[in-house]
Amino acid sequence: MRITRTVAGRSRRVAVLATTGLTASALLLTGCSSDDSDSNESSEANGKITLTVADFGQFGYKEAGLFAKYHELHPNITVKEDTTADEKVYYPKLLQQLNSGSGLADVQGLEVGRIKELVDTKADQFADLSKVIDVNEFVSWKEKQATTADGKVIGAGTDIGPMSLCYNTELFKKAGLPTDRKEVAAKISGGWEDYLKLGEEFKKKAPAGTYFMDSASAMYNAVVSSNAKQYYDESGKAVYKDSPSVQQGWNLAAEAADKKLTQGLAQFSDPWKAALRKSTMATVVCPAWMAGQISVNAGDANKGKWDITTAPGATAANWGGSFLGVPKAGKNVDEATKLVKWLTAPEQQAAVFKAIGSFPSNKGAYELPDVKTATLPYFNDAPIGQIYADEAKSIPETILGPKDAAIKDTISTQINNMEQRGTKPDDAWEAATKAIDKVIG
Amino acid sequence: MATSTPTRDAYAPPPRGSQHTPADARRQTWRSRLWRFDDKASPYAYIAPFFLVFGAFGLYPLVYTGWIALHRVEMTGMNQMEWVGWDNFDRILHDSEFWTAVSNTFLIGVMSTVPQLLVALGLAHLLNYKLRASTFWRTVVLTPYATSVASAALVFALVFRADGGLLNWALHFVGLGDTNWANGHWTSKIAISVIVIWRWTGYNTLIYLAAMQAVPSDLYEAASLDGASRWQQFRKVTIPSLRPTILFTIVISTIGSMQLFGEPLLLEGGTLGATGGNENQYETLSVYLYNYGWNLGHLGPAAAVAWAMLALLLIIAAVNWLIGRFVRTSAV
Repeated sequence: MRITRTVAGRSRRVAVLATTGLTASALLLTGCSSDDSDSNESSEANGKITLTVADFGQFGYKEAGLFAKYHELHPNITVKEDTTADEKVYYPKLLQQLNSGSGLADVQGLEVGRIKELVDTKADQFADLSKVIDVNEFVSWKEKQATTADGKVIGAGTDIGPMSLCYNTELFKKAGLPTDRKEVAAKISGGWEDYLKLGEEFKKKAPAGTYFMDSASAMYNAVVSSNAKQYYDESGKAVYKDSPSVQQGWNLAAEAADKKLTQGLAQFSDPWKAALRKSTMATVVCPAWMAGQISVNAGDANKGKWDITTAPGATAANWGGSFLGVPKAGKNVDEATKLVKWLTAPEQQAAVFKAIGSFPSNKGAYELPDVKTATLPYFNDAPIGQIYADEAKSIPETILGPKDAAIKDTISTQINNMEQRGTKPDDAWEAATKAIDKVIG
Repeated sequence: MATSTPTRDAYAPPPRGSQHTPADARRQTWRSRLWRFDDKASPYAYIAPFFLVFGAFGLYPLVYTGWIALHRVEMTGMNQMEWVGWDNFDRILHDSEFWTAVSNTFLIGVMSTVPQLLVALGLAHLLNYKLRASTFWRTVVLTPYATSVASAALVFALVFRADGGLLNWALHFVGLGDTNWANGHWTSKIAISVIVIWRWTGYNTLIYLAAMQAVPSDLYEAASLDGASRWQQFRKVTIPSLRPTILFTIVISTIGSMQLFGEPLLLEGGTLGATGGNENQYETLSVYLYNYGWNLGHLGPAAAVAWAMLALLLIIAAVNWLIGRFVRTSAV
C-alpha cells in the first residue's frame, strides 16, 4: 500500500504540489482583491491630464466616439471610462468610495432611482454644477431631481426614458390585430386597461407558446411612472402602501398574471433575451433605451418585424435616465466639470442617441437632425425622434424618494412570483410590504 | 515547550581577561542583564507581527462590527451613528427571512459537506494505493480548488440554467428537461451544493491523503497477516486513525459552509442573487448580510447578522467539541 518513490521523484512531487498550492493561494488572493486599482490616477507632470469617468450599463460615450473626440479637441486630456455592467453593483461601490473619499473617478454616473438619496445625504461631496450648466436647457423636471434644497446641482442630466410601446407586428398579424402604428395607438389610447383588453384579444388567436407581454413588472413600472406621486409624498414620507399609482399598477399586474397574458420573465435575464430571439412575446414596454435592447437581443433575424407606437394612456411615463456628477475628492474638478458640460450638451446627447438610442434630456438636442428626423430601420423605420420627443413633453414632474430604485425592485420580484409561481396577490403584496419595510429601515 | 537546544542561560560568555576590574564587573552585570532581557523579550518580538496583524485585521474589525451592531448606521452617512442598543439584534431575530437564511445555510451545509467528505475519503483511499503518475492524479484532484468561486459559480450557472442549460439539455434525453433549478426550493439547494462539492472535495482529499500516509504501515501489515481484506483494513485501521483529521475537516467545512456566499450570489446573479432567489429559497446567512448591508445600506442590522453568525459558529464548535470528546472516550 505504501508508495515507493525515488528522491528525485519526491522533490519533483513537492515542487508540483508547492506550485499548485501557490497558484491556488495566488488565485484566491487575486480573486478577493477588487479591480478598482488605479481608477484614481490622474494628472502627470507635463500638463497632460487623464480624466476618469465611472459609469454603469451603457452610457454610449464610447459607442458615439465622444471620448476620442474630446481628446482631439483637448490634446492634453485623455478620458478613460470605467464601466460596471450592473448598477446594483455600481451604486454600493460608489457609496463606499464616497464614504472613504478614495477610489472615486473624476466623473461619476448617477442613476435616477438613487439621485434623491444622493441629493439628501451626499450633496456636499459633489461639485455644484449649477453655474456650469444651464439647467433651463434640460426638460423641465430633469435638473430639479438633482438639485438640493439650497439650490445646488449635483448632477448634469444625460438621458431620459420616455416610454412608448414596442410590438411585434408579425405576432400581431397572426393574432388578427392591426399592425399599423396609429391603429394600435388608437386601440390602447384609453389607458392600461385597454392594453390588457388588447392582450385578451391577442390571446384568443395567438400562436401557441406566445405571450402578449414579456413581464407584468415592466407594465407595473410604466403605470407607476406615469404618475407624479409614486412611492413618497412631498414631505419625504414613504407612502407606497396607499399610493393610488402603486395600487393601480399592482392590480393591473395581478390581472395580467391571472389571465396569463405574460411570459413572466425577469427583464434583461438570459431567458428574457432568449425569448426575444425566439419572438415569443408580442409587446414590450419601451423606454427609448429599450429599443436598443430589443434590436440587439432579438437579432438580425427579426429585423423589420418590430414597430413602435405611443404607450397606453394620455400621460407618458419616464423610465430611467441618469446624471453625471463630479466628486469634490477628484484631482481635476475643474477639468471634470468642463467635460461634464460638454458631454451633456445637445450635440453630444444627439450623438449618443444616434449611437445607442438613449434619448436626450437636453431640449436643444430635439431640434438637431440626428434626433428630429431619426428613424429606426429595425423597427420598420419608426420615427423614433418624433415619437419620443412627443412623449417627453407629457412626462409629469415626479416626486422622488431616497429608496425608489430598491422599492421598485422589491415589488418587481413579487410581481414575478405572481406570474411565475402563481403566488396569490395578497400573499405577494404582504411579502412585498415586509421586504420594503426592511428597505426603508 | 521542550526543546533540545540549550537555552541562552546555559551559555555563559567566557571571561575576556584574567584581571577583573570593577568596571569590567559592572559591564558584565550590564551585559548579563541584557542577555536576560533579550532572552525574555525576544520571543514576544518574534510573535509580535502576528498579533499586530491579527489586531489590525482580525480583532479590530470584530470589535468595531460589534459596536456598529449597536448603532443605527446607514451606508449613505457612515459618520452619523445613533445608539440603538439591542434593536438591530431584535430586528433580525424577528425577521422571518433571517430564519429562512439560517435554515438554508444549515441545509446547504449538510447537503454539501456530507457527500463531499465521503467522496473525499474514498478518493484519498484510492490515491493512497500505488498508482502510476500518482502526482498527476493528486494535482488533478486539487485543480477545482484552485479555480475562483466566481468562475466556478458562473460556469455552473450555465449548467443549471432553466432555459438552454447544459444539465436540462442532457436530462432532456431521458424526458426530464424542464427543471427550473434556481427557482425550486430543493433544486436550487442541490445546485449550490454541487458547486461546493465540486470545489472542495479535492482539498479535503489531500488532507485525508496526508493523514493516511502518516498511518504506520506495520498496522496494515499486521492486519493483512491476520487475514483482513482491504475493505476491513479501511474500516478498522484507516478510519480510526483518521478520526482527528475527519473531525478537523468537519470543523473546517462547517466554517466554510457558514460563510457560503459566492455560489448563491452568482447562481442567478443580479437582484435575485442578492436576495437568494425570488422567495429567498437559497439565501444563506452571508447573502442575507450582504443584502442588508450593501443592497439596502443598513449597516447596523448587517453587523448584527455578522455577530449572530459568530454566535452560531461558537455553538457549532461547542457541539463539535462535545461530540469529539464523546467519540474519543468511546473509542478507548
